[in-house]
Amino acid sequence: MRSLNFGYAISHPRAIDMDNNDLRKSRAIIEEMPELQACISCGSCTASCTAGNITNFNFRKLHTSVRRGEYKGAYEELNKCMLCGKCRLVCPRGINTRGLIMLIKRKLGDF
Amino acid sequence: MAHRVVIVGGGAAGIQTALELKSRGIEPIIVERDIELGGKARGWHKLFPLFTPAKDIIDPLIARLREERIRCFYGQEVTEIASDGVVLRSGERIPGDAVVVATGFTLFDAHRKQEYGYGLYDNVITSVDLERMMNSGRVVLTDGSEPRRIAFLHCVGSRDEKVDQKHCSKVCCITGVKQAIEIKQMFPDADVFNFYMDIRMYGPGYEELYRSAQQDYNIHFIRGRISEAAETINKRIQIKAEDTLTGRPLRMTVDMLVLLVGMSANYENKNLAQSAGIPLAPNGYFRTQDSFLGSVTCEREGIFFAGAATAPKSLADTLAEASLTASAVCNYIKVKYTK
Repeated sequence: MRSLNFGYAISHPRAIDMDNNDLRKSRAIIEEMPELQACISCGSCTASCTAGNITNFNFRKLHTSVRRGEYKGAYEELNKCMLCGKCRLVCPRGINTRGLIMLIKRKLGDF
Repeated sequence: MAHRVVIVGGGAAGIQTALELKSRGIEPIIVERDIELGGKARGWHKLFPLFTPAKDIIDPLIARLREERIRCFYGQEVTEIASDGVVLRSGERIPGDAVVVATGFTLFDAHRKQEYGYGLYDNVITSVDLERMMNSGRVVLTDGSEPRRIAFLHCVGSRDEKVDQKHCSKVCCITGVKQAIEIKQMFPDADVFNFYMDIRMYGPGYEELYRSAQQDYNIHFIRGRISEAAETINKRIQIKAEDTLTGRPLRMTVDMLVLLVGMSANYENKNLAQSAGIPLAPNGYFRTQDSFLGSVTCEREGIFFAGAATAPKSLADTLAEASLTASAVCNYIKVKYTK
């Protein structure tokens, strides 16, 4: 018999849980690219992003989440990036954003 | 006979104004409410942005004051000011040819932001408490152990209508960055998080220090105001905030929460201003004539300002302004009495 779906489900909390998030990968990323911490979240990477112009890809938000240990879906999301490198041209803090995308993908590849 | 100027307040602003006036041949008299000189800077550990020990600035100022034999009244509160002198609480009147108001500021009382639990939870302290701890050379939790995870909260008592403090206190951002770095130097393995609304790095070398905090010390900056803090059973502090840059709520437990308290106007400003018939700014500080050429004068001739009595200011800004005040007083006296 097909079970009926009454629409009840367990809602998982949306909060970022800094006590239980596994920050090892996040730390490894920052260790390899410490200038990432210098980000002032100005959003110029996202504003200049070719992929962000046609999809909801938001690199500023994505790397902030990764730094907080929120890795779920990040790798797949990064596949939207076409590595054009415009974000690197505009970053006022001189972060190698394109290199960072490759770095995050490398670190999260087995996730 | 030398002209005499009464200076209300013996903090950095008052002392520097007195020294500058003295070097111009004017006789300053300092009236200090406390029993010693030095004001808020006394007992402070290190100053931003170069980690200068505060006593390296304050002690020589006080020593020079003594060398110059400048007269000081201690433990005397001024209740009335006018352009020709002040009245003490005892009723005694100290006459002068001009008056300088260098009464400074009041630290915001962190108890008023009850949601952060200052005074309720053991390991919630203010930036001033931390400075005193660093001065004593021992930063520990109440159980004597070292903190491993520390959160700083910016804008406590600043930019907050709920406690009638609409202004920005200007110095807390850079103090938070400075103290976070000092904590990391003390405990390199600790995780330090700064919860901020905006990071306002207005001075020379400040932005560079901020960047160094991020990049060299791996201090985490999270944009969002902590909404509440609660104590866990093992005396840690659980905090809630929104990570506004990811648009999600965030919660975490820390060993120590440091509240970066702001600068408030003195409560007594109201009575002093009323006695002199001068206006206050909406935030309770003394209102200057304008922000440009009249930044140390007011509508009433003969009354001058120096330091944080008119707005939150850093020690560096205060010392610079005190020299300006002395020069304005000097010009006033010259014009008024040499005719």
